[in-house]
Amino acid sequence: MAKILLEMKNITKTFPGVKALDNVNLKVEEGEIHALVGENGAGKSTLMNVLSGIYPYGSYEGDIMYDGEVCHFNNIKDSERKGIVIIHQELALVPYMTIGENMFLGNEQGHKWKINWTETYGKAAKYLETVGLSESPQTLVKDIGVGKQQLVEIAKALAKNAKLLILDEPTASLNEDDSKALLELMLKFKKDGLTSIIISHKLNEISYVADKITVIRDGSTIETLDKQTDDISEGRIIKGMVGREIADRFPRRGLDMKKRLVDAETLMEIKNWTVHHPINKERKVVDNVSFHVKKGEVLGISGLMGAGRTELAMSVFGRSYGENISGEILMNGKPVVFKSVQDAIKHGLAYVTEDRKGNGLILSNPIKINTTLANLDAVSNHGVIDKDKEYAVAVEYKDKLRTKCPTVEQNVGNLSGGNQQKVLLAKWMFADPEVLILDEPTRGIDVGAKYEIYCIINQLVSEGKSVIMISSELPEILGMCDRIYVMNEGKIVGELEGEEASQEIIMSHILKSSGKGE
Amino acid sequence: MSKAKAVDIAKKLTMIFVLILVTGFFAWKTEGAILLPMNISNLISQNAYVFILATGMLLCILTGGNIDLSVGSVVCFVGAIGAKLMVENNVNIVVAILIMLLVGTLIGAWQGFWIAFVRIPPFIVTLAGMLIFRGLSNVVLDGMTVSIADKKSFVKLFGGGADCYIKDFLGASEINATCMIAGCVAVLIFITLQLLSYFGKKKKGYDAGNFPGLIVKVAIISAVIIWVTYKLAQHKGIPSVLIWVLIVIFVYGYITSNTTTGRSFYAVGGNEKATKLSGINTNKVYFLAYLNMGFLSALAGMVTIARLSSAQPTYGQNYEMDAIASCFIGGASAYGGIGTVPGVIIGAILMGVINLGMSLMGVDQNLQKVVKGGVLLLAVIFDVVSKRGGKLIEKN
Repeated sequence: MAKILLEMKNITKTFPGVKALDNVNLKVEEGEIHALVGENGAGKSTLMNVLSGIYPYGSYEGDIMYDGEVCHFNNIKDSERKGIVIIHQELALVPYMTIGENMFLGNEQGHKWKINWTETYGKAAKYLETVGLSESPQTLVKDIGVGKQQLVEIAKALAKNAKLLILDEPTASLNEDDSKALLELMLKFKKDGLTSIIISHKLNEISYVADKITVIRDGSTIETLDKQTDDISEGRIIKGMVGREIADRFPRRGLDMKKRLVDAETLMEIKNWTVHHPINKERKVVDNVSFHVKKGEVLGISGLMGAGRTELAMSVFGRSYGENISGEILMNGKPVVFKSVQDAIKHGLAYVTEDRKGNGLILSNPIKINTTLANLDAVSNHGVIDKDKEYAVAVEYKDKLRTKCPTVEQNVGNLSGGNQQKVLLAKWMFADPEVLILDEPTRGIDVGAKYEIYCIINQLVSEGKSVIMISSELPEILGMCDRIYVMNEGKIVGELEGEEASQEIIMSHILKSSGKGE
Repeated sequence: MSKAKAVDIAKKLTMIFVLILVTGFFAWKTEGAILLPMNISNLISQNAYVFILATGMLLCILTGGNIDLSVGSVVCFVGAIGAKLMVENNVNIVVAILIMLLVGTLIGAWQGFWIAFVRIPPFIVTLAGMLIFRGLSNVVLDGMTVSIADKKSFVKLFGGGADCYIKDFLGASEINATCMIAGCVAVLIFITLQLLSYFGKKKKGYDAGNFPGLIVKVAIISAVIIWVTYKLAQHKGIPSVLIWVLIVIFVYGYITSNTTTGRSFYAVGGNEKATKLSGINTNKVYFLAYLNMGFLSALAGMVTIARLSSAQPTYGQNYEMDAIASCFIGGASAYGGIGTVPGVIIGAILMGVINLGMSLMGVDQNLQKVVKGGVLLLAVIFDVVSKRGGKLIEKN
C-alpha cells in the first residue's frame, strides 16, 4: 500500500446554527487522484477550506495529518508552504496583469525590493510548457479564454511547488474540448507523482480520472469507493450521494395537487427565453428555455449551481441580468414586456434573491424600512411616507411570518439568517405579487426556520398565488413542488410531475445532459 | 428600550455632547466671548454657506460616500454670473436670482448626467467641474472684482452688509422684540406639532414612545431655541440669511426623513443592488443628488456674494471641503446610506464653533487647519471603528 499523504480525522466544523461538517474522514494516498463528490451544500468546499487554512486551526475540531505530521494551518500561506494548493471554482486572476505576473502574485521572484522579471517570465514560461499552454507569459490574462485561464491557475499552483493539488469544479466553466484536455493533464501529473483532489459534479469525468471516490452527504463521509475493487459507475455514485431518507420535513397542503390544479389557469408563461452572459457575450447562459406556471402552483426548478436558474429568474425579472435577452413572456395569456424591475413588479412578479445580504436587504436599515422598500407607494401619499402606517405594516408582517426580533426598528444586519430571510419574504409579500420566484429560499438557515418558510409557501399558494421555487436541495424540491423542471447548462432538460419525481431521476436527467452542450 | 436603540441614541447624542464640551472649552478660554450675542449672530452668518452646502452634500454622500468637489467653484461661478447680470446688464434682481438658480441646477444636471447615467466616478466628474467652473469664473469676471454693494435689496435679502437683519417692527428697545416673538412662536409651533404627532399615534394605536422622554426632548430643544433667539435679539435681531438656512434645513430634513424620494437615497447607499431589485430607479437617485447639489450651490453662491458684497474669481475656495467635513463629523457614513440633516447641521455648527473659538483665541490660521483636519479624521475613525464592533484594526 502506498504512503498516505493526507489524512483528515474526525473533522467537525460548526457555523452558528448549522453543523457543516460532522466527523468527516478523508484519506488520500500519495500519487493518486481522489475525487470528492456530494450535492451542493454537502460540505465539500467547507472541508477543503478547513484543509487549506481558510478556516484556521482552532475553528474546527479534528486533526489534519499531512506528510506524516499533524498540521495547524492558520491561513492559506501556511498550507501552501507545505505544498497544498487549492484552485477555486471562481478563478482568482487579475485580468489586467500578465500571465507571468499573475502566476507569481504574492510569490514574487527576486528580492522584496526588486522583482526579478527575467526570472519571473523565465519560470512562467517553463510552467506554462508543463501545463501545455502555448501563450507568451507576457500576455494579459484578460486576452485569453476561460479554458486557458484555468491552465494558468494550474501553472500558478505548480509554481508554488504543489505536492497536493485541489481542484474545485475545474471544468465547470470549460467546454468539452478544454475539459478533456484538463483531465488528460491531471492524468499526466499523476504519472509525474503529483497527488490531486478533484471536486466535481460531472460524474463521467470522475469515473474517468479518479482512483478513489469519497462521497459526502449532509456534512458526513458516507463511503470511499476504490476504482480497483468497487463499482464506480455513475448509478452507484448517485446512490451514495442522494441515498438519504426523507422524514416528514415538509408541511402538507390542504388539498392534494390534482384537485387544486386540474382546472387552474396558466398564470405566467415564458417562451423561447435566451440570455447571454453580460461580459462574455457569446456565451448563452440561458438557452431557449420555455416554461409555465399555473395559478396556485408550486413550481420547482431544480439543477446544480451554475445551471442558469438564477440567471433565468433575474433576466425575466425586468432584465436585471444578462445581455441580448430574447423570448416572450405571457401573463394571464397576454404578452407583456418587462423593460425594468418596476415593470415586472407592476405586472405582479416578485423575485426573492438567493443572496439576501448582497442583493436583497439593506443590512444597515431597520426591518420596517426593508419591509416596505419594494412597495413604498402603498405606505405613502404623493411621495410622503406615512411612517405610522409603515410601522404598522412592518409589525403585521413580523407577526404573520413570526420573525423573531425585539422591534421592527431593529437593523436587519443584527438578525439571524432565518429571520433575515423572513424579512426578505415579507418585503416581497407586501409587494403583493401574483407570482413569487423564490431563489434558494432556505439557504443557510436552520431546520426549524426552513419548516416555517415552507408553511409560508403553502399559505401563499392557498391564497391563489403562484410560487416558483429554485433550489439546489433535492429533498426540498421533491417535498414541496407540484411540478418540477430540471435545468442544466442553461437548458431545461426535464419536466416531472411532483409525485413521479425522485432524487435519482432528477440527478440522472442532470448527469445525462452534462457535457453534451456547447 | 432595546440595546441597539440605546446605542443608536447614544451615538446620535455623542456629537451634541462633543459640541457642548467644545463650546464650553472655548467659553472658558475666551472668557465667555464666544457666547456674546454678536458672536452667536456671526456664527450663523459666517457659516450660512456651510449649512446650505452640507445639506446638499449629505444627499451625495448618502448615495454611497460620493462627494462633490465642484461646489466651491460652482458657488463662485454662479455668483460671478449673478453679479455681472445685476451690475453690468442691470438685470432685475428677481430675474437675476432665477437665472442663478437655473445655472446652478443646469450645472448639477450636467454633472449628474455623467455620474448617474454614464457612471463616470463622481470624484472624476466633480474634480473636472471644480477646474472647469473655477476657470469659467475667471473668464466671466475677467479676473476682476465686481462690487454689488449698491444692489442693496439683493445684499440685504441674502444676509450681507451691515443691515441684514429682520427689521424690528415693534419699535426700538435694547432687545429686538420681533426676534423674541418669532422665537416664542417657533417654540409654540414646535411643541404643538410634537404633541399632535404623539397623540395622533396614540389614537391610531401605534407605538408612540414614552411620554416623559418626549417632554425632556421638547423642553431641551425649546430652551435652546429661546436661548438662541434671546442672544440674537440682543444683537440686531434675526439675520436674514438665517431664514434661508432654516428653509433649507426644514425642506431637506423633511424630504430625507419623510418622502419616498428621500428614502431612495438611503436605500441606494445601503445596498444599491437590493434597491435596484426593489424596483427603484437608482440612476435617477444619483442624478437627483447632483442636480440638487448644483441648485444648493447656486443658493450658497448668492449668500456668498451678498455677504461679501462683491464677486471675485477666488470666492468659494475650499467650500466643498467645509461641506464634506461637516457631513462626516455630523455622522454621515463614508460608505453611504447613513446620515441625517440635523446631524450634518450639528457637524457644521461644531466646525463653525471651532473656527470662531480659535479665531477669538488668536490661534494661527494654519494651526486652525491642523485642528479641523484632526477633528474630521477622529470623527470618521469613530464612525468606522464603532461600526466594526469596536475593533480598531480590520482583520486581514
